[in-house]
Amino acid sequence: MVEERFVQGNEACALGAIAANCRFFAGYPITPSTEIAEQMSILLPKYGGSFVQMEDEIASAGAIIGASWSGMKAMTATSGPGISLMQENIGYGFITETPIVIINVQRGSPSTGQPTMSAQADMMQVRWGSHGDYEPIALAPSSVQEFFDFTIKAFNLAEEYRVPVTVLADEVVGHMREKLIIPDDIEIVTRKRPEKVDGQYLPFDAPCDGTTPMPAFGDGFNIHVTGLTHDERGYPDTNDPDTHTKLVERLCNKVLMHRKDICSVKKENCDDADIVIVSCGSPYRSVGAAMKKAREEGIKVGSLKIDTPWPFPEEEIAEIAKTASDIIVPEMNLGQIVHEVERAAHGEANVHLIGKIGGILHKPDEIYDKIKEING
Amino acid sequence: MIIIDSKLCKGCDICIATCPKNVYSKSDKVNTKNVYLPFPEHEEGCTKCGLCELSCPDQAIYVEKEVE
Amino acid sequence: MVEKESPYKKYLREERLPHIFCPGCGNGTVMSTFFKGLEGTDIDFENVAMVSGIGCSSRIPGYAKCDSLHTTHGRALSFATGLKVGNPDLDVVVFTGDGDAASIGGNHLIHAARRNINLTVICINNNIYGMTGGQISPTSPKGSFGTTAPYGSRDMPFNLAELVSAAGASYVARWTTTHPLQLSKAIQKGLENDGFSFIEVVSQCPTYFGRKNKMKTPLQMFEWIKENSINKRRAEKMDEAELEGKIIVGEFANNPHAELTDNIKKLAEENSDKPLAIKSAFEELD
Ligand SMILES: Cc1ncc(C[n+]2csc(CCOP(=O)(O)OP(=O)(O)O)c2C)c(N)n1
Ligand code: SF4
Ligand code: SF4
Ligand code: SF4
Ligand SMILES: [Mg+2]
Repeated sequence: MVEERFVQGNEACALGAIAANCRFFAGYPITPSTEIAEQMSILLPKYGGSFVQMEDEIASAGAIIGASWSGMKAMTATSGPGISLMQENIGYGFITETPIVIINVQRGSPSTGQPTMSAQADMMQVRWGSHGDYEPIALAPSSVQEFFDFTIKAFNLAEEYRVPVTVLADEVVGHMREKLIIPDDIEIVTRKRPEKVDGQYLPFDAPCDGTTPMPAFGDGFNIHVTGLTHDERGYPDTNDPDTHTKLVERLCNKVLMHRKDICSVKKENCDDADIVIVSCGSPYRSVGAAMKKAREEGIKVGSLKIDTPWPFPEEEIAEIAKTASDIIVPEMNLGQIVHEVERAAHGEANVHLIGKIGGILHKPDEIYDKIKEING
Repeated sequence: MIIIDSKLCKGCDICIATCPKNVYSKSDKVNTKNVYLPFPEHEEGCTKCGLCELSCPDQAIYVEKEVE
Repeated sequence: MVEKESPYKKYLREERLPHIFCPGCGNGTVMSTFFKGLEGTDIDFENVAMVSGIGCSSRIPGYAKCDSLHTTHGRALSFATGLKVGNPDLDVVVFTGDGDAASIGGNHLIHAARRNINLTVICINNNIYGMTGGQISPTSPKGSFGTTAPYGSRDMPFNLAELVSAAGASYVARWTTTHPLQLSKAIQKGLENDGFSFIEVVSQCPTYFGRKNKMKTPLQMFEWIKENSINKRRAEKMDEAELEGKIIVGEFANNPHAELTDNIKKLAEENSDKPLAIKSAFEELD
C-alpha cells in the first residue's frame, strides 16, 4: 500500500536507503547531515542491519567499502569537511569498482564555513575531488520526495555500474519538511554474483565499457582487491602502461558510454523557449514561479532541471542551446555547474550565472529579474 | 630429506642462523639470480623440528617429516 | 604423494611467487608463522579474509590464496571494520606496518581496540618506512637513523603493544621474527580470541633499517633483534636503564570482554524479528 508521510529530507533519505535494502551504515556526525546517521541508527536494528559510528569520515568511507565487499549495500552521509576527508577512499572505491552510496548534504564552505546554511559547494569536488581519472555518478534532489527517490536510485546505479554514487543534496532539502509518498512497488537492483567457474576465475575481466559481477568475501572466489593498478586477475601490475590505460579507460567508459541510460533531466516549456533556466538541486524550487511570471508577460521561458549532474547531460544541454538564445544557471555557489553548461552549449547560447552564496536559496524574483534583464 | 627451492631462495642465510643443529652451510652454487644457495651439509643432525621451514622468508625450504 | 615444497606454500598464490620482499625481509617469515598459527586453530582457511593498508608489510594479503582487500595507507582497520560488521562470520585478519598502523592509521588503531571488534591484527614493526625507502616511523628507536633522520631520530617512539592494550584490546602480544614458534602461538591465540587481537612483530628491514643502522646483512639484523629481546616476565624485574634499547616480548593483554559485532547482533535481535542481515545486497526484497 502506498504510504504518505510528512517528513524531513534527511529522514526521507534514510527511509529511501532502507527501502533500497541498505543494511549497513557507517558515519560521523556533521551538520547538516547528522539526522541521516541518527535515523539510520534507529532504523537499522529494526531491519536486522548494522550501524557503526566511526571515529571520522575517512574511517566511514573505508568501512562502507569493506561492508560492500562483505555483500552488503552500504551508505554513509556527510557534508563539506567530511566529504573532503573521504576523497582518498572514494577513489579507492572507483578503482576497485565497489558499489557504495555517499550522501553529501552540502553546506556553506570552504573549510568549516557555514555549518547550518545551504550551498552547492561541492558540485565539482564530487567530480574531481579524488586524484586521478574517473567518472562519478551523482544525483541532486530538489525536494524531500526526490531525496527519497534519488537515494534509492543511487543504490541501483551503484550496483548496476559498480561505482560509488553520491547524492548531492544540500541543507535546504536536508532540513525541510514535505510530503513524502512511499510507493509499494519500489524497483531495486540486486547484486549479481559471478558464476562459479572451474579453472582460473578472472574477477576483473570485463568488456571495455562494462563491469563484471561481484562476489562477496567468503563466497569462495578468493579474490584479491587492490587500489593499485591491477590486471584481470586483480593482481597488481603497476608498471605496464597498457594495463593501466586499459583499466582506467574502462572505469571511465562504463559510465560515459552509458550516459544515456544514467542521465536524467526534466524539461518544461523548452520547445518554444528563448530563455531556458538550467538548474540542479534546490535552486529548481524557485524556477517554476519565475518561469510562470515571465510566461504571463509573454516571455518564452523554459526550464531544464538536471537530476544527474554527473555524468553531465551534455547532449540535453547542447540541444537546448541550439534553440534557445540564452541559458540562465542559478547556483548556490560562485559558479561550478555553469562551466559545464557553457562547455556543453558550444557557444550556441549565451550562458548567464546567478551565483549566490551566503546560505539562502534564490528567490523566484532573483531569477525573474535576470530573465527581464536578458529580455531587455 | 631437505629440499631448497632454488627458484624461491634469495640467499638471506636466515636458515643457517636459525637451525639449532647447524645443519646448513653456504654453498658455492648460485641460482639464476646469482644468489648463493644454502645447502644442508650436516643433514644427519637434523631433528626435523621445522624451524628453518617456518623461518625461511621465501617459503623455499621443505623438510621431509615422515615417509607416507 | 606429498608435494616436496614448503608446507606454507600451499596457502600462497603460486603464480605470484617469489614475492617482492627483499632478501631476508621479515615479512615472509611472518606470513609462514601466520599459516602455522592458523593450523593450530579450527578456522577454515577458506573463511579467512585478509585486509591491509599500504607498505611492504601490507603486501602480504596479495600473496595469500584467500579473499583479500589491499586498501589505502593507514585505513586497513576502517575497511576491516566494515567487512567484519557486514559479515561477522568471516575470520578477518589485518596485516599492517608500523607506519600504516601507528602513524597515519593511529586513530583507527585505538578506536578499533576500544570497540574490541573481533579482528586479528598483525603489525609488522620494522621501525621504519620500508616501502618509501627508509624514513623514520613512529616506532623508530631514539638515535636510530633513517633517510629523514640523518642525524639520528630524537623523537620518542611509541610502545605499540602497551598503547593498544591501554586502548582496550582484549589480546595483545609482542614477538619478533626470531621467535617464530612463540609468534605463531600468539597468532593462534589472537585468532581464537573473540575480540580485538593485536600481535606486534618486531621484524627486520635489512634493506633500509639495516643499511642505515650499520647492519649490512639480513643476518646481522636478525641477530640484533634476537640479542636484544627480553621476555616480559624477566623484564618486569629489571629497571629502566637495563631495559634501554631492549625489545620486550610476551603477552601484554589477555582479557576477553564484550565485542562489537556481538553487541550489534544483540541490538538487531532485540529490535527485529529478522536475523542479522548478511550478504543482503544479493537479496530481493520481501
Ligand atoms: C596517504 C598516503 N601517504 C603516504 C603514502 C606513501 N607511503 C606508502 S607506504 C608508506 C609507509 C609504510 O610504512 P610501514 O607501514 O611501516 O610499512 P613497511 O613498508 O615498513 O612495511 C608511506 C608513507 C601513501 N601511500 N599514502
Ligand atoms: S632462509 Fe630461505 S631464502 Fe634464506 S637462504 Fe635459507 S632457504 Fe634461502
Ligand atoms: S628441521 Fe630443524 S634441525 Fe632440521 S634443518 Fe631445519 S631447523 Fe635444522
Ligand atoms: S624495503 Fe625493507 S620492509 Fe620492504 S621488502 Fe625490503 S626489507 Fe622488507
Ligand atoms: Mg615499517
